[in-house]
Amino acid sequence: MTRARIAFWTVLVTLLVLLPPAAAALQQPFYLDLVRKAMIFAIAAASLNLILGYGGLVSFGHAAYLGIGGYAVGVLAFYGTTSGWLQWGVAIGASALVALAIGAVSIRTSGIYFIMITLAFTQMLYYLGISIEEYGGDDGMRIKTRSDFSGLIDLGDPVAFYYLALVLMLACLFLVHRIANSRFGMVLRAAKSNEPRSRGIGYSPYAYRLVAFVIAGAMCGLAGAMFANHTAYITPEFMHWTRSGEIMFMVILGGIASTAGPLLGALVLLVVETLLAGWTEHWQAILGPLLVLSVLFFRRGLAGMIPGSRDG
Amino acid sequence: MAETVLEVRGLAKSFGALRATDGIDLDVRDGETHAVIGPNGAGKTTFIKQLSGELHPDAGQVRFAGEDITALPAHRRSRKGLARSFQITSIYRDFSALDNVALAVQAHAGHSFRFWRPARDDGSLTEPAAQILQRVGLHQRKNILAANLSHGEQRQLEIAMVLATRPRLMLLDEPVAGMGSDESQRMIGLLAGLKGEKTVVLVEHDMDAVFSLADRISVLVYGRIIATGTPAEIRANAEVRAAYLGEDL
Repeated sequence: MTRARIAFWTVLVTLLVLLPPAAAALQQPFYLDLVRKAMIFAIAAASLNLILGYGGLVSFGHAAYLGIGGYAVGVLAFYGTTSGWLQWGVAIGASALVALAIGAVSIRTSGIYFIMITLAFTQMLYYLGISIEEYGGDDGMRIKTRSDFSGLIDLGDPVAFYYLALVLMLACLFLVHRIANSRFGMVLRAAKSNEPRSRGIGYSPYAYRLVAFVIAGAMCGLAGAMFANHTAYITPEFMHWTRSGEIMFMVILGGIASTAGPLLGALVLLVVETLLAGWTEHWQAILGPLLVLSVLFFRRGLAGMIPGSRDG
Repeated sequence: MAETVLEVRGLAKSFGALRATDGIDLDVRDGETHAVIGPNGAGKTTFIKQLSGELHPDAGQVRFAGEDITALPAHRRSRKGLARSFQITSIYRDFSALDNVALAVQAHAGHSFRFWRPARDDGSLTEPAAQILQRVGLHQRKNILAANLSHGEQRQLEIAMVLATRPRLMLLDEPVAGMGSDESQRMIGLLAGLKGEKTVVLVEHDMDAVFSLADRISVLVYGRIIATGTPAEIRANAEVRAAYLGEDL
């Protein structure tokens, strides 16, 4: 790690650790909520970054796993199962299984077909969510009791939940970083760089891509379980295609194939969104052009502005 | 006579009405450098793609080390020890030279479902890779991004990647194409250093390279081998001279 990177992470983590007491002192609990949401989305974006940034798989349906994770918590709570261990375990496991099924089909395609087929699968899940009246259909349903972790941590306490999100988010960023630089990650990145060359030296990329797709799905399922606890509400909107686009944009804005990118992208996008929304109701008309400009002028994303931040 | 490593029988591939390869027979002996030459459009690239497994033949058979590999895809052939370089340089441009070769070493060092330990700190990958770079003369450039190497260096890097797969047989598709004379001399020197150690099938336009490296030469014209022999025999062959329309051989 270069000194610039150490300095960057030290400052960033210190700021995130100091935010809850600062927000309390300034009596601005809203910022606690906003940054917690950003950290949950950073997990979703980090998982997408594994397959999109390092694997070159442009999945336009990543919100599916946010939805599956959310519904795992919501539906189990609906039937009276509030154990967080079970709920989050099911969220991760079910997301991995669905990613295995979707990936097994879609990774056989590439380019625009891959984008469309991942979008199509997610739309199917979205309409499935709308059609099940028992779980609120279009309106979604409220989660009466948050996930319960044997009394170890109370997610109803905003500060405790904030620190849990911080720890899990850092763990996920680190995990993706390690995977990306492992033997597995090198094969994944090499296949993105030059697939015929990979086949020529003896790799068949399919299995590596599928495993990466499953890991990414599982990690995003965790984000979904956290997001359901964050909002205390689940709706099919978790899986809407604009969500997939939002997560993808966080990855691109933050910096594709960078460790810190997903966090920076999620933070900046959600903060700018919130500031603009507080200023005018037509905030999307301003956000859109800003996003276009950022893609045009920050090719390597926000993380690209930190010296030495990019994995070689 | 040395053992036959690669045995090609009746290999045929058509694209519509065009018979790109039209019943090719070829034997490559262990340890030899066997050049395949021919005028433009003779079917050389189609032929090499069928040897490497990127194209499947309509008819015929390819046997490698006694085993029928006609139906195997490219990555399986590579694992069996049949490696190719590409006519148009094919490397990982956004990785360092060392990464490129280490990836090729890794491809033949067991499965790659290892998720935690950084591959770049793994001496069992980087040390052999550094040795191979030394051998092709790129060791001082090992940390340079492959995209930033000169054209000649990129071709050397590609040879290094082929070597790193520890092949029994190397398929080299025009290794000196597009090189200046200094660069091509260096490449010819590099390939000459492999003679005897590696079996090589060399598809090449550059006659200097062919005649200084090849033990035997096969001439491909309109999808068929019209002659096979030592460089001296090929030079003297009337049919070959006719195919090249009086070009110097």
